[in-house]
Amino acid sequence: MQKEISKKKIVVKDLNLFYGEFHALKAINMDIYEGEVTALIGPSGCGKSTFLKTLNRMNDLVEHVRVTGSITLDGNEILSDVDVVALRKRVGMVFQKPNPFPMSIYDNVAYGPRIHGIKKKSQLDEIVEKSLRAAALWDEVSDRLSKSALGISGGQQQRLCIARTLATEPEVLLMDEPTSALDPISTSKIEELCETLKKNYTIVIVTHNMQQAGRISDRTAFFLLGELVEYDLTERIFHRPRNEKTERYITGRFG
Amino acid sequence: MRRRRKMKDWILKSLIWFCSLLTVLFLVWMILYIVSRGLPGINWAFITTPYNLFRNQTGILPMIVGTLLLIVTTLAVAVPIGVAAAIYLTEYARQGRVVRMIRFATESLAGIPSIIYGLFGYIFFKNTLHLGFSVLAGALTLSIMVLPTIVRTTEEALLSVNPSYREGSLALGATRLQTLFKVILPSAIPGIATAVILSMGRVIGETAAVIYTAGSVAKIPAVDRLLTSSVRTLSVHLYMVALEEADFVSAFATATILMIIIALLNLLANRFARKITDRQGMA
Repeated sequence: MQKEISKKKIVVKDLNLFYGEFHALKAINMDIYEGEVTALIGPSGCGKSTFLKTLNRMNDLVEHVRVTGSITLDGNEILSDVDVVALRKRVGMVFQKPNPFPMSIYDNVAYGPRIHGIKKKSQLDEIVEKSLRAAALWDEVSDRLSKSALGISGGQQQRLCIARTLATEPEVLLMDEPTSALDPISTSKIEELCETLKKNYTIVIVTHNMQQAGRISDRTAFFLLGELVEYDLTERIFHRPRNEKTERYITGRFG
Repeated sequence: MRRRRKMKDWILKSLIWFCSLLTVLFLVWMILYIVSRGLPGINWAFITTPYNLFRNQTGILPMIVGTLLLIVTTLAVAVPIGVAAAIYLTEYARQGRVVRMIRFATESLAGIPSIIYGLFGYIFFKNTLHLGFSVLAGALTLSIMVLPTIVRTTEEALLSVNPSYREGSLALGATRLQTLFKVILPSAIPGIATAVILSMGRVIGETAAVIYTAGSVAKIPAVDRLLTSSVRTLSVHLYMVALEEADFVSAFATATILMIIIALLNLLANRFARKITDRQGMA
């Protein structure tokens, strides 16, 4: 299998996370490979979203969170002294519910580049167009870039959020159930998008939808009660899971 | 059974309808009464000439200028401080005992009768700080008075900003300060505008605290002494002409102008907020 020799982008070692007394992630070890789509699956409350948010330190925003262990990005530790702003520029995130800012479509996409110091209009124009094209949204909104982002459909808003994230030129794209609030057509558009985006980005996606994980991911990790039960190539997880719990979950017997 | 329920429904509905009608009626009646008695006293000279009883001039231009001056100065002091305090309380302070105590203190401050603020301003700003009867002494006193309103209203506005905006901005690598200025504050503008309107209302309506601190000199202050002169606001003027001169024509005319100014200022603040929300596409 050619996949197995691709480069390790993120290496997670012995990761534990506590919300106060609650032990939310238990001794997670996991390698995430460059240029692949990695799916995180598991029932609600299993820790998959929490895990995702440790990868760009968004858990810092929650009070009483304690993290131990190690996560490296291209070999550099990100849990201890790291510039969180620089980290989040490299590791972008798309949320469950589309959350465009209450400003124009253009300003939404230009937001990231602007805060990172790009001021030239021509350069911003270029980034906005490139990002919107990469998010397969350009053709639908190119004639109303100055209109409010809150006026487009939910599916378009989610692709706008992807474009907004791409505009800061991240290397890794984290997606937290990006299609759970969308209709089937928008969902399939986002799934196709993942397929094209993985050529240039490493994607980690949390999903509740088993078929979705099967369709779009190269590897799948199954979480249960804060533990990483099984992690393997998606094909193997879906056809020959080694763990009985994994099998029961993906065949829909619990969750 | 059904008929009885329908009957009850009908009675209740009529009652609610009657109560709202009553409220509106009182308001309309009051406005009509004041305006109908005030309009005869209003003419161009009334709002553009100075006030001097010895020369038989009863114009209210100085009071209009004084009122606007006091409003602008008070807001210039209170809005930055109040908004900054609200930002600190909602965005930066660790939510706990201290913040709860600060909130409690602000709320208590809002319940103190204005005459007490006046007395404090008189002793502290006018006497101790030697500001004398002046716009500055008045504005500082009124600032303390409206601060609780501004802080609480702004806090509510900040807390009601969709938390996903904050998350989205931080996830793009924005700092907390960038997130605050570029995403959160713009979304909170309508709420802050409400705070400003409420504060203007209190400044315009206040008499006791103003007489104690800004005095009641019915003259337009000299340009180089704008903040250090004593002024008389429309409300103070209203009180004086009605109770001390028993000049009810002037009183009602002043009241009419006062209401027009309040309506105009509210309209202005509302339009400003509307413009910003329109631009964000939230309306």
